[in-house]
Amino acid sequence: MTGTAHLPLTAPAPPGHRPRTGAEEAPVTAPAHPSGTSVHDGRNSPPSGVHATARVRAGHNGRTTTVPLLHSDGPFHLRRLRPRGTRARVGVIGAMSAPLGGDRLALDVVAGPRARLEVTTAAATLALRGPTRAPATYDVRLGVGEGASLNWLPEPLISTRGSTLYQTCTVELAPTARLLLREEQLLGRTAEPPGLLSSRLTVRRDGQPLLDQHARYGEPAPAWDGPAVLGPHRACGQLLAVHPRLRPERRPLLIEDDPATGHAVLVPLPNAPALLVTAIAPTPARLRRLLDTGLAHILAAASGAEAGMVP
Amino acid sequence: MTGAALLVLADGRFPAGGYAHSGGMEAAVASRSVHDAASLAAFCRGRLHTAGLTAAGLAAAAAAGHDPLMLDGAADARTPAPAVRAAARRLGRQLLRAARATWPSPDLDLLARSRPQGVHQPVVLGATARTAGLAPLDAARCAAYESAAGPATAAVRLLGLDPLDATALLARIAGEVDDVARAATDAASRVTADGVGALPAASAPLLDIIGERHAARTVRLFAS
Repeated sequence: MTGTAHLPLTAPAPPGHRPRTGAEEAPVTAPAHPSGTSVHDGRNSPPSGVHATARVRAGHNGRTTTVPLLHSDGPFHLRRLRPRGTRARVGVIGAMSAPLGGDRLALDVVAGPRARLEVTTAAATLALRGPTRAPATYDVRLGVGEGASLNWLPEPLISTRGSTLYQTCTVELAPTARLLLREEQLLGRTAEPPGLLSSRLTVRRDGQPLLDQHARYGEPAPAWDGPAVLGPHRACGQLLAVHPRLRPERRPLLIEDDPATGHAVLVPLPNAPALLVTAIAPTPARLRRLLDTGLAHILAAASGAEAGMVP
Repeated sequence: MTGAALLVLADGRFPAGGYAHSGGMEAAVASRSVHDAASLAAFCRGRLHTAGLTAAGLAAAAAAGHDPLMLDGAADARTPAPAVRAAARRLGRQLLRAARATWPSPDLDLLARSRPQGVHQPVVLGATARTAGLAPLDAARCAAYESAAGPATAAVRLLGLDPLDATALLARIAGEVDDVARAATDAASRVTADGVGALPAASAPLLDIIGERHAARTVRLFAS
C-alpha cells in the first residue's frame, strides 16, 4: 500500500453548517457566536452550534512548496505566513469563540508528496460550555505524503468548567513522511476545575497503527486525577517526531521526574523511526519547557537529519 | 463452553507469572503517590479505566477470533512506553506457555511460533479464552479484573496493607470491572466493520512515566 493512497485528501465536504429541520423543538435563542456565517438561525431548530470544516493542502511544484488550497470556515480563519526556508507556513486564527457545546469543527491538512508545511495556531483553543451541555467535537485530520514533511504545532487546548469536548487528531503518514506534532492540554484555567475533555490521537504509518492514545480528563471520567493517570497535574502534552533518520533502537529517557516540576519521558515507538515525549506538569509553562527539552533531545538524536525540523 | 474454564484462567494460581508484576504499583508506592487505602483505590480505578479498558478490548477481540498478530500491532500502538511493552510481552509469553499446556491447540502453537519474543498478554489471554471455549465478554472481564487486581495484590506486599482491605476494594469496584468489560466487548464487536481503530485506546500518562522509572531502577521487588 502506498502512503498517499489513504490521505484524507479529496472528500469535498459541504462548507459550513446547514440548519436542519426540527419542528418538534421549541424556538431557542441563538448561541453567542460573534460571527454568523455558520451559525444556525436559532428558529425552529435545535441549538446545533457551528458546523465547519477548514482545509489546507500543500504540494510541491518541482521547485518549492505551494499551498494551492486554503479554505477558511466557521471559526477557522487561515492565513499564509512567511515561509521559513523551504517550509511553507499557515496560521490558524480563531475568528470566533470555539468550540462551544454543540459545535462540530474539523480541520483537514494535507502535505502532498515532497511538500514541506508547518501549521500553527495564533492562540490557545478554548473549549467552552455552549448554550447546552451538548458536547462539541473538534476533529483534526493530517495527511503527509511521500517525502513530505509536516509540522503541526498548535497552541494548547484549554478545557474550561462545564465544557464537554471530544477531540480527535488522526494522522496518516506515507512510509517516507516526516512529522513533528505537539499537543498540549490544559485542564481548567487558573484555579478552575476542567470540563470533560476526551482527546484521541491516532497515527498510522503506511496504513499500520503507529500510535493510538485516548485521554479522558475531567468529571465524570473515572480516577483521571488519581496516581495512575495525572495525579495533581493539570497540564499534559505529547510531542511526536517521525523521521526516517531517527534511530528507533534509542533507549527511553526520563527527562524530568519530580512532582514539583512535572514528569516527562522520551520513548522510541516500536517498528518505526519515531520518538514520543509524554509530559505532565503543574503549569503550562513547565509543560512547554518539558516538551521543548524533549524536542532538543530528539533533534540531537536526529543530528543533522533536517535543520528545518526545528519549529 | 464451560464456565469453570473462566475460573481456571482467572485464578491467581494459574502459572502465568503475573505475581512477579505490580502494574506500576511498586513505582507508585516508592514515590509515595500510593500510600493508603484511598490512594490505592484511586490507582486501581485509574488503571482499570485506562490500561484495563484497552487490555479488555484487545482480549475480547482476540477471543472473538480476530487475527492475533494484527491485534499485537494494535497493542504496540496503544503501549508507547517500552518498559510497559516489554512487561506485556513477557507476561504474554508466560501465559502462552501455560495455556498451551492447559488447552493444547494448533492456534496457540501457531501464535507461539510466529512471535517467539512474545505477544502482548491481553491478546494471548483472548486467544486462550477462545481455545478454552470462553466468550469475548469472559476474556474482557478477565483482563479488566486483572488490571486492578494485580496492583491491589502487589500493594498488600508493598504497603503491608491488610489483605482484606485489598479484597474489599476489588469487591467494591466489581461493578466498574463489569462496565469496562462490557464497553470493551462492544468495541471489539465493531472491529470487523471498522478495523482495530474501533478498539479502546485509553491511555494514562503516569503509568507510562512510572513504568520507565521503575525499569531504570536496579533494586526492585517486582519486574514491572
